[in-house]
Amino acid sequence: MSVLSLIIKREYKARVRNKSFLIMTFLSPLILVGMVFLIGYLTQLNSDTKRVIAFVDESGLFETTFTTTDQTTYINLSSQGLETAKEVAEGEEYFGLIYIPENTENLASGVKFYGEETPPLGLVESIERKIENKLTNQILASKGVDPQMIENVKNDVSLGIENYSGEKSSKLSNWVKAGFGGAAGYLLMMFIIIYGNMVMRSVIEEKTNRIIEVIISSVKPFQLMLGKILGTTMAGITQFSIWVLLGGILLIVLQLVLGIDPNVTENMTNAEVQEILKDQNLVIQILEEAKRLPLVQLVFGFLVYFIGGYFLYSSIYAAIGAAVDNETDTQQFMLPIIMPLMLAIYVGFFAVIDNPHGTVATIFSIIPLTSPIVMLMRIPFGVPGWQIALSVTLLIASFVFTVWFGSKIYRVGILMYGKKPTYKELFKWLKY
Amino acid sequence: MNSLLVADTVSKQFGNFTALNGVSIAVPQGSIFGLLGPNGAGKTTLIRIINQITMPDTGSVTLDGEPLQQHHISDIGYMPEERGLYKSMKVGEQVLYLAQLKGLDKAEAKKRAKHWFEKLEIGAWWNKKIQELSKGQAQKIQFVVTVMHNPKLLIFDEPFSGFDPINANLIKDEILQLRDEGATVIFSTHRMESVEELCDHIALIHKSNKILDGEINTIKRQYRNNTFDIGVEMEASAFAKAETALQSTFKVTPAEFKSLGDELKLRIQLGDQGNSNDLLKQLQSYGQVTHFTEVIPSVNDIFIQTVNESL
Repeated sequence: MSVLSLIIKREYKARVRNKSFLIMTFLSPLILVGMVFLIGYLTQLNSDTKRVIAFVDESGLFETTFTTTDQTTYINLSSQGLETAKEVAEGEEYFGLIYIPENTENLASGVKFYGEETPPLGLVESIERKIENKLTNQILASKGVDPQMIENVKNDVSLGIENYSGEKSSKLSNWVKAGFGGAAGYLLMMFIIIYGNMVMRSVIEEKTNRIIEVIISSVKPFQLMLGKILGTTMAGITQFSIWVLLGGILLIVLQLVLGIDPNVTENMTNAEVQEILKDQNLVIQILEEAKRLPLVQLVFGFLVYFIGGYFLYSSIYAAIGAAVDNETDTQQFMLPIIMPLMLAIYVGFFAVIDNPHGTVATIFSIIPLTSPIVMLMRIPFGVPGWQIALSVTLLIASFVFTVWFGSKIYRVGILMYGKKPTYKELFKWLKY
Repeated sequence: MNSLLVADTVSKQFGNFTALNGVSIAVPQGSIFGLLGPNGAGKTTLIRIINQITMPDTGSVTLDGEPLQQHHISDIGYMPEERGLYKSMKVGEQVLYLAQLKGLDKAEAKKRAKHWFEKLEIGAWWNKKIQELSKGQAQKIQFVVTVMHNPKLLIFDEPFSGFDPINANLIKDEILQLRDEGATVIFSTHRMESVEELCDHIALIHKSNKILDGEINTIKRQYRNNTFDIGVEMEASAFAKAETALQSTFKVTPAEFKSLGDELKLRIQLGDQGNSNDLLKQLQSYGQVTHFTEVIPSVNDIFIQTVNESL
């Protein structure tokens, strides 16, 4: 067996047998799912608070507009006048009081909300919309338009998006694409940081253990570094494959569970069935959209960009590990790694989701330091082949460079003990 | 005698610091070669160059007459001063891994590992992790790792540091046995007395320069200065008289050595012209001679003398 494959094997085993690898592989998806549910539950809990809102309607137009719902109870205090109503609302600790002035031309600008606290944005919008609708209808009616007719002419436009080859798309699908792309990009960043750190820690371990001298009296430092990076990459791919497999199983299970079962709905009232169907529709729609994503391309892209991006960064990680004596000394060298990764994530979340094919998104998906993450986020939206080819080529070229560069520092650094080097010294090592 | 390893005017700079300045050594086949010098003299740098860990700036190193190449790695076994093993890896796995890196195939590595583990009576450690072993125990593993691939050249940097006396002896015997089986051994140390009796050749390195090398007895003969420790039994009252008589011809200093009686103990430097037999005759005339030993300079003495001379 060649020396390189021996090293790869050892490094791979050392990673995979580590308890934290097992925990991370199997527990973190559970934790993630748990978090999603927890956040969902907490959000629901947050909006579950019941509110009592009073209103004083001097115009007499809105008596029927404010109808009590599960969450909000409206009380009509129009007969008491504004000042008394304010006192009552404060005394009874109502959430707020809506004041609508007399029906003049200034009505729209005279509407007020009184309350102890600033009302949530959602509530403000909902109240505004209610009053606007009513007012619009009122004005139209006063101009002689039949309210029924107004109802009839209202329509709900939902753009049916298709590309030239006939693939359907929709707003929802855009969100799903953004979601998947974002998740993949974020995951890639986590992978680079986590597995890069593993390489760095393993280099430091060898250095502080002093086994390094035994090893490099048998193999070239470059072989050791390369073997370490490759072995760790394979551990990363193993973990990712397990997740893809688990994700696939979860997708199938979800479909089976959510598949409409007619027997269940029989005993329910029509409204309940409608409610369930509506809820399910969204989930099923998302699932359908997810299935229509270029999943194979996404998984493949993830692997290519993970390997490329990981090589790019991990050789820098290895060089940093070689340059220092212990992990606390690594802080000062981390900035050059974290900066481009963070930049990529921000560009991804703002520029790509806003316009996946915009100039910023395109440029950052081609620059090697950010391309793995940004390109991965763009892939669900469909990226021209030449852009992928260009970005992959540049990525490969630059990781060849960083591996070379990293190995230079690594070679000198692993035998240097004692003092924490400066950037200037690192630069000098390149010439040794 | 054939030289297994020859380093020819090897120099190495690190930045502005000269680690080695034109050092040449020749290690004879089958010898135990002491590479001696204080800390920071450049010993480790020279060893790293022999191990191809670093490359010399100028000069060349040949092993068996061939310039050093990648494949020579499997001909050398190296135990660095700072011992190191993977702490969380199992002993057996680790030994096999390191042996395979040296070019053994797995089956052969296993066979030899078993052999060594039995020999050193450490078979029970096979499935333990290094972190569960004591420092001395880990040292034994390190020794096995160093010698397992039957290298032609064994290099030990500070070989006995970290071993208790019993294990140090055990390891010493193993090394001697390996030498008898044909291996050539280099000991590198700053504690010169620890390897003096083992070495047949030495090289002294001081401040990046080699200041002395050769066969140890030749060197010692060269540095002997005709000095003898003597002990003569006589009346205590006669001590002063005898001492004065001796002082008239030789340089005399008090000597310290173990003996059973209260003899007159002196260290006598005969000088270039002196003859030890004449001295012995003179001593016999004073009383019963109990001690008459030539003072052989230790490597340490030689080192200090050479350094002083070169200043």
